[in-house]
Amino acid sequence: MPAILVEHISKQFSGVKALDDISFSIDNGELFGFIGPDGAGKTTLFRILTTLLLPDSGTAMVNGLDVVNDYLRIRQDIGYMPGRFSLYSDLSVEENLNFYATVFGTTIAENYELIRDIYIQIEPFKKRMAGKLSGGMKQKLALSCALIHKPSVLILDEPTTGVDAVSRLEFWEMLKRLKNSGITIAVATPYMDEASLCDRVALIQNGKLMAVSTPIEVTKTYPWKLFSVKADDIFGLLNDLRNFPGVHTVFAFGQAAHVSFKDRQTGEEKLVEYLQMKGHTGISVHSADANIEDCFMELMIKT
Amino acid sequence: MYNPNAENIIVVKDLVKRFGSFIANDHLCFEVKKGEIFGFLGANGAGKTTAIKILCGLSYPTSGQLNVGGFDIYKEREKIKRNIGYMSQKFSLYDDLTVFENIRFYAGIYGMRRKVIEERAADLTEKLDMKEARDMLIRDIPLGWKQKLAFSVAIIHNPKIVFLDEPTGGVDPVTRRQFWDMIFKASREGITVFVTTHYMDEAEYCDRVSIMVDGKIAALDTPDNLKKHYGANSMNEVFLKLARIKIE
Repeated sequence: MPAILVEHISKQFSGVKALDDISFSIDNGELFGFIGPDGAGKTTLFRILTTLLLPDSGTAMVNGLDVVNDYLRIRQDIGYMPGRFSLYSDLSVEENLNFYATVFGTTIAENYELIRDIYIQIEPFKKRMAGKLSGGMKQKLALSCALIHKPSVLILDEPTTGVDAVSRLEFWEMLKRLKNSGITIAVATPYMDEASLCDRVALIQNGKLMAVSTPIEVTKTYPWKLFSVKADDIFGLLNDLRNFPGVHTVFAFGQAAHVSFKDRQTGEEKLVEYLQMKGHTGISVHSADANIEDCFMELMIKT
Repeated sequence: MYNPNAENIIVVKDLVKRFGSFIANDHLCFEVKKGEIFGFLGANGAGKTTAIKILCGLSYPTSGQLNVGGFDIYKEREKIKRNIGYMSQKFSLYDDLTVFENIRFYAGIYGMRRKVIEERAADLTEKLDMKEARDMLIRDIPLGWKQKLAFSVAIIHNPKIVFLDEPTGGVDPVTRRQFWDMIFKASREGITVFVTTHYMDEAEYCDRVSIMVDGKIAALDTPDNLKKHYGANSMNEVFLKLARIKIE
C-alpha cells in the first residue's frame, strides 16, 4: 500500500483550474518533491491531502484512508507544515511545541527522540516568543511542531522559500535524517536545484504534473542537443545566441548560457565562429547535460 | 555595467544601526557605481533589509555618513525617495486595482502628468505583451506578469537607482530569466540596480556582489574575483563558505 495515492484529482477556484486531473502515488518511506513555481497548484494539492480542502472530483488516500471519509483518522497520521508561518506568535517556542503535543494527546518527552536533532538548535531560545524568531529558527520550530505526534507522513509546503542557501542546505540534511527514520515525506519547493535531493519528483505547472520520475530519469528525457556557452558579456551573449540560425532555446544559467538545438548535427565550431564574428571575447562552448531546470522549462514551452 | 571610474551613486561610510543592544548593521562601508548591477547578498537575519530601508530613506541610521543618488540621507530624504524605485517580492502592486490603475497610481505618486501617464501605460502594456490585461485586477493575473509589471512600474519615473528586494522569489524559471533580461536592459540604460536574491545563479549576473554576515560586509567584489579568492567554482560555493563560518 502506497503512503499516498492520488487518482484523477481536480479542483477549480472560480473557473480557474488549480488542479487538473492529477494522479500519482508516493511509496512508504519515500522523499518525494513537488517542484514548481508559485501558483502551480502545490498548496491546493497539499490542502486536499491534509483534509483541509475537498477536491471537486477524484480520490486521494493517505495510508489507505480516504481524505474525505476518513479525514479525522488521517489527521492523526500526518504532520503538516503550511507555507505560511502558522504557529502562535505570542506563545514561546516551548509553549508552541507543548500546545501541539497536547492537541495530539502526547507529550514532548514521549517523542523527544524524533525531534531532538532539530529542536536542540532552538532550545536555547525556548522562552522566546515564536514571533520574535529569525526565519531559520521559525522553520525549525514549525518542523518540530509538525513532528511532535510522530506522524508517519510529513507534508511540507515550501519549507525553504525565502530561506538563504545555507539554511536550505541544513534543512535538507534534516529531511534526509527523517527519511532514514522511515517517515514518508512530501515536500513542495520552487527551487529546481532541490530536486536532486529527492528520491522522486513531480514537475508541476498550471495544475498539471508535467513529469513524475527520479531526478536522473527526468533529465534523461531531455530531447534536444544542449550546449553550455560562456563569454565575457553575458547579456550580449544571450541576445546574439537568440539570433543564431536554428536555435531552439537560450536560457541564462549563472555564468553560462544553455543553448538548445533540435538539429543534433549542430556543431560547436559553428557556434564559436558565429560568436567570434559578433565580437565576443572569452568564448567557450561545451556540449552539456540537461539539468532539472532545463527540463522544466522545456516542458513549460511544450504545454 | 561596472566601471571603476564611473561616479559613485551610493556612498556608505561607517553605517551603524542598532536596535537596543543588537547591532543589525555594524560599520558598513561600500560604494555603488552608476549603472552597475550590485548584488546585496546575505543569510536571513544578516541585516540586509535594515540597510535597504535606510538607503531608501525609510529609516534613520544610528550613525554613519550616507549619500544616495547625490543626496544626503539625513537632510534630503524626500529627494532620495523621488530619485529611486523600489520593488519587493512581498508587496509591490495593489491586488484590488487593475493593471492600468496600478500604473496610474504609481506614476501619479511620482508627479507624472495624466497625458504622459496614458502614453507610458499604453507603451508599457504593449512592451510587456499585456495589452489585453489592461483592465484586469492584479489578483487575477499570473505571478510572472505581476513581477514584470511591478518592475516596470518601479522604474516608470526613470529613477537613478532601483532597489529590488528578492524580486524573483517563487517565480517560474522562464519568467525569472525574462526578469533578468529586464534588469540587464535597465542597467544598460543607465539605471543603477541594487538587488537581493536567494538564487545563487542570479548572483553570477551581478557586476559586483557584497555578502553580509552577522551585520558586517564579509566580502565585496566581482563574482569572478570572489570565486578566485575563495577557490570556488560558483557563487553558491562562495556564499556557503562565507555564511557557514557563522554557524560553526
